[in-house]
Amino acid sequence: MNADIRPIRTAAEQALATAYEDTKSRLPGGPEIARLRDRAFSAFADSGLPTRRVEEWKYTDLRTLLREAAPLAGPPDAGAIARAKETVSLPVPNLRQITLVNGSFVPELSDLGDLEKKLTILPLARALAEKHPLAGMIGKLRPETHNATLALNTAFLNDGVLIEVGEGAVLERPIYLRHVFAGGTVAAAFARSLVVLGRAAAATLVESFEGPAEVAYQRNAVTELHVADRANLSFVRLQAEGESALHISSLLTEIAGGAELSFAALTLGAAVSRQNVSLHLAGEHTQINLAGATLLRGRQHADNTLVLDHAVPNCTSRVTFRSVLDDTSRGVVQGRIVVRPDAQKTDARMSLGSLLLAEGAEADQKPELEIFADDVQCAHGATSGALDEQLLFYLLARGIPRKQAEALLIQAFFGAALEQVRHEGLREALIDRAGKWLELRERAS
Amino acid sequence: MLEIKNLHVEVADRKILQGFNLKVGPGQVHAIMGPNGSGKSTLAYMLAGKPGYRITDGSVTFDGEDILELAPDERAAKGIFLAFQYPMEIPGVASMVFLRTALNAVRKRRGEPELSTPDFLRLVREKAKDLGIDQEMLKRAVNVGFSGGEKKRNEILQMSLLEPKLCVLDETDSGLDIDALKVVADGVNRLRSPSRSMIVITHYQRLLDYIVPDFVHVMAKGRIVRCGGPDLARELEERGYAAIEAEAA
Repeated sequence: MNADIRPIRTAAEQALATAYEDTKSRLPGGPEIARLRDRAFSAFADSGLPTRRVEEWKYTDLRTLLREAAPLAGPPDAGAIARAKETVSLPVPNLRQITLVNGSFVPELSDLGDLEKKLTILPLARALAEKHPLAGMIGKLRPETHNATLALNTAFLNDGVLIEVGEGAVLERPIYLRHVFAGGTVAAAFARSLVVLGRAAAATLVESFEGPAEVAYQRNAVTELHVADRANLSFVRLQAEGESALHISSLLTEIAGGAELSFAALTLGAAVSRQNVSLHLAGEHTQINLAGATLLRGRQHADNTLVLDHAVPNCTSRVTFRSVLDDTSRGVVQGRIVVRPDAQKTDARMSLGSLLLAEGAEADQKPELEIFADDVQCAHGATSGALDEQLLFYLLARGIPRKQAEALLIQAFFGAALEQVRHEGLREALIDRAGKWLELRERAS
Repeated sequence: MLEIKNLHVEVADRKILQGFNLKVGPGQVHAIMGPNGSGKSTLAYMLAGKPGYRITDGSVTFDGEDILELAPDERAAKGIFLAFQYPMEIPGVASMVFLRTALNAVRKRRGEPELSTPDFLRLVREKAKDLGIDQEMLKRAVNVGFSGGEKKRNEILQMSLLEPKLCVLDETDSGLDIDALKVVADGVNRLRSPSRSMIVITHYQRLLDYIVPDFVHVMAKGRIVRCGGPDLARELEERGYAAIEAEAA
């Protein structure tokens, strides 16, 4: 059908096409969902996997990086569930844990007891099969430009989780959505999640991604997030995939007036990862705080691409991203802030920073401002450099050994991002994970 | 305790110290005075092991051991402490974390056990109180938002915690008003002991009214040109460096 436009398909693209043809009739949901999948796959087939010629993928050429598309993971067997059970979760008390193994909702590893009033948690596959109204919201959020990996996720839409926090509900317990890959062989895990916060609702959400080091699994996870008027969401994300994995995730968000979103991401894992975060500020007086810390070593490649779309007046956004890059790793942060003609009095600031710990490490940071309104305050800055030798000397002169002195300065560097996590237990858990990364570095030398 | 012999030091291919000699015995306080550019700060940094200081000739021994090959942290562990002229601000590193890390690192290398949290807090509170350092200050990042005087007091706090054998004070009086100067000098004097030596580097005699030295040395062009007792500092104050330098030449 698209043979005229893109006559040459890569092996991965062909495999995905075959997988789609083989699977689509078995995926849950009615004809509307089937049409959604078809449209998505057709859009993917038109574009193919993104290459560096696509500006948003300039630093992460997925067509080259994804040589082979792994077979779909399918529902986890008892062995996979048992292995997932053994993995260690975030050591934070009182989290309501929801577990997806290889992209599938696993009730026995999910805490669905004593749900708070107005809290709904549903497996996506069941909601699709039962035509639950929440499932109808899937696919409503779309970035303005075509995103091939999002289209692929929609094409293979199958399981995941739907979470709704009803109007005015204030959740004490954070919801912890765990994505665990527990297969022994290479496979592709697709998951789609939807989180809806009603008016004036408040919640803390944690999402983590993890898997075994030795399996080159492929993850494609999409989370759609709707935040209604005056709702307040604190969202923490930990990407700690196994070191051979390919991780692609997209967070699509629409935020209504007077709402507050605080998002913090710690990126540690995967051989190659791409995290898309897209925020659409649709109502006035919303406040957004995005913070990210990325710690990479070896030959890891991590790409965080953010789009903040200020569509209405009087909103505030802050972005603070810090990357610590060791060995020959590569850290990409692209941050684009769009201020539309109506978005007067926008106050947007973005600060990107990279710390290069080795000669071979590479930082690619691209802050972008697109401003179409005239009465705004916007600023962005990007810095990159090595550890400050003057500061190191000061610490050394106090008897602190070099590696430990470096660790203190590195910690201070990424702390600028992680300190912004509001939930104390989660903040400490993330700082602790980052601290483990530093310990490994200290021990390695 | 410390012996510097015929030391020649270059920084960025400029000869700074040229045949510097100094011997400091246990418990002695030596003042080093001299005009700008005479090499006083270079001497301080060289002792602490700052990178970029090239030793082209001479030797430095501390307790009989050659220290020139030692890294700055190893020298600190052996008991050499430099109070910086311009203490660094370290955003993101909490003062207490810094103090505790430094103290435990030094204790560990001296074969002493690490201090428990309550013991550490008690110790810091006590020493900080002596120096008039507000507890609130210690809740901030290292030196961030500190005034010039607060930074210098913080240096003396670190010095009193680490209990060095040799204290090198690099223009600790600069930027201090007279009240702060007294507090800092009191802090230093409390640390004087028969086993602890000090090198006090300063432009002005004023500091030496409060920290009374056993010996005063005048530096010019990278070496010591005159030695004496505390009276020499007063003579300098009256006659200026130029006269002393001219006599020495």
